[in-house]
Amino acid sequence: MSKILIIADIHGGKLGAAVYKTVAAAGPIGGEIHIAVFAVDGAAAAAEAAKVEGVSKVLQIDNPANEHEMAAVLTPQIVALAKDYTHVLFAGNTFGKDIAPRVAAKLDVQQVSDIMAVHSATSFDRPIYAGNAICTVEAPAAPCIVATVRLASFQAVGDSGSASVESVSISAEIPTHTRFVSLEAASSERPELQSATRVVSGGRALGSEEKFKIIYNFADKIGAGVGASRAAVDSGYCPNDMQVGQTGKIIAPDLYFAIGISGAIQHLAGIKDAGTIVAINKDEDAPIFEVADFGLVGDLFQLVPELQEKL
Amino acid sequence: MKALVSVKRAVDYNVRIQVKPDGSGVVTDGVKHSMNPFDEIAMEEAVRLKEKGVVTEIIAVTVGVKKCEETLRSALAFGADRAVHVLEEGAVQPLTAAKALAAVFKKEEAKLFLCGKQAIDDDANQTGQMIASLLDLPQATFASKIVIEGEKAKVTREIDAGLETLEVDLPAVITVDLRLNEPRYLKLPDIMKAKKKAIDPQSLESLGVSAGAGLKIIKTSNPPARTKGIMVKTVDELVSALKNKGLV
Repeated sequence: MSKILIIADIHGGKLGAAVYKTVAAAGPIGGEIHIAVFAVDGAAAAAEAAKVEGVSKVLQIDNPANEHEMAAVLTPQIVALAKDYTHVLFAGNTFGKDIAPRVAAKLDVQQVSDIMAVHSATSFDRPIYAGNAICTVEAPAAPCIVATVRLASFQAVGDSGSASVESVSISAEIPTHTRFVSLEAASSERPELQSATRVVSGGRALGSEEKFKIIYNFADKIGAGVGASRAAVDSGYCPNDMQVGQTGKIIAPDLYFAIGISGAIQHLAGIKDAGTIVAINKDEDAPIFEVADFGLVGDLFQLVPELQEKL
Repeated sequence: MKALVSVKRAVDYNVRIQVKPDGSGVVTDGVKHSMNPFDEIAMEEAVRLKEKGVVTEIIAVTVGVKKCEETLRSALAFGADRAVHVLEEGAVQPLTAAKALAAVFKKEEAKLFLCGKQAIDDDANQTGQMIASLLDLPQATFASKIVIEGEKAKVTREIDAGLETLEVDLPAVITVDLRLNEPRYLKLPDIMKAKKKAIDPQSLESLGVSAGAGLKIIKTSNPPARTKGIMVKTVDELVSALKNKGLV
């Protein structure tokens, strides 16, 4: 029987949404699921965690040092808890990706990154080459399995559970070599690319930074995040962080618009898990049409404003 | 201060990878390889820090097969002063690579370890964090800005919640993200010069590292393929198709 510990990410004292999907991945492993809440005062987040369906216990670890979820600070505390568990799971977001390998190395275990399917307590599928291949791995059970969960692969569990909350104090030496300075919150006007349910991306065919505005306008109309192909980024139409693709962001929105994007391999690698792909391109032979659910051939500068008006 | 930059040889990002029919992996023979793009960004940052006079020596390091020497030559052309090649013909998982790289970092008494946040082949996103863990050093992952001030570094990190800035004491491990910089194109004279720079051969044994149990790769398979959808003729047709699917 497995005993699974999930490390929760906390945002402004509240439980992060990723926990619900991480618990969904833990379910098929089979066994008891506990959630650890590290915070300054984690009472509110722990109460939320107690309601996550499938969870039997919540560990609340309060410590002034836990204010900013820093890997160097959390790792010794997680390692202290890990000895009682067969699995330590993290969400595969920047929180989990930052901390999990630090924990795994301390426990001298090879981490499993981005679990997308669970075959058994020790066997998992994970994507490699930006999801262009799937690798089935078997992880040694001892001393424990440390893994991150690919959030796009799991449906969130509900919140009608009733786990017990236990306040835990951990005596671990916490380093002071890493200090929080500031957090500049992402602009809230537009949905964040990686969590947006709708994304509109523009490619080289936009032609200039000025003309790229047509993408922002359309995205804002339908409440979508905005992305770009590498070609558009390299041409200077928009900043680097908007790049969707193998070397940029890998996204899985419900609805994806590829506008003026030819569909280079490196871009397709970033969107293959999108629910529905709509492509608008003037070249009917563009490779993007091979993967698009709906394709429309024509001049984007006419079609996009028309689409914007009719949606 | 000395900076160590790890660079990984990976299948080029423009290659359409193919899974071997027997499921034993992906085809890498006869396929174009280049430096992992995130490691290029790490290399570029090290060179910029050297140009600013913050870094005095750049050492490029890799772990892997003989052919990884090409990647080290690229790093030397970028501006690394010398290189260390931890030769290993077998598959190297992140924890083993991290142990080897940590050993080199310690041996070189470097102050700064830079690497890409992940490699685009195995997409593990582990090695930098593991090096920091093994050496009990600070880590700053997904860096989009690095400012070195004396014995400290201020690193802005691209995280889901926005841009977080951490201050870390040096030595430290920093893994870099896309936004940090745009790597320069290599110039022929630099490529020629790189051929004369020294590469120090090492091995896991010489560094006192043993490859642990690691993950067993059971099989590699193709992801479910997307099928070609339908072509619509007009915006109206598109709108009604999206409405039918309940998407708008």
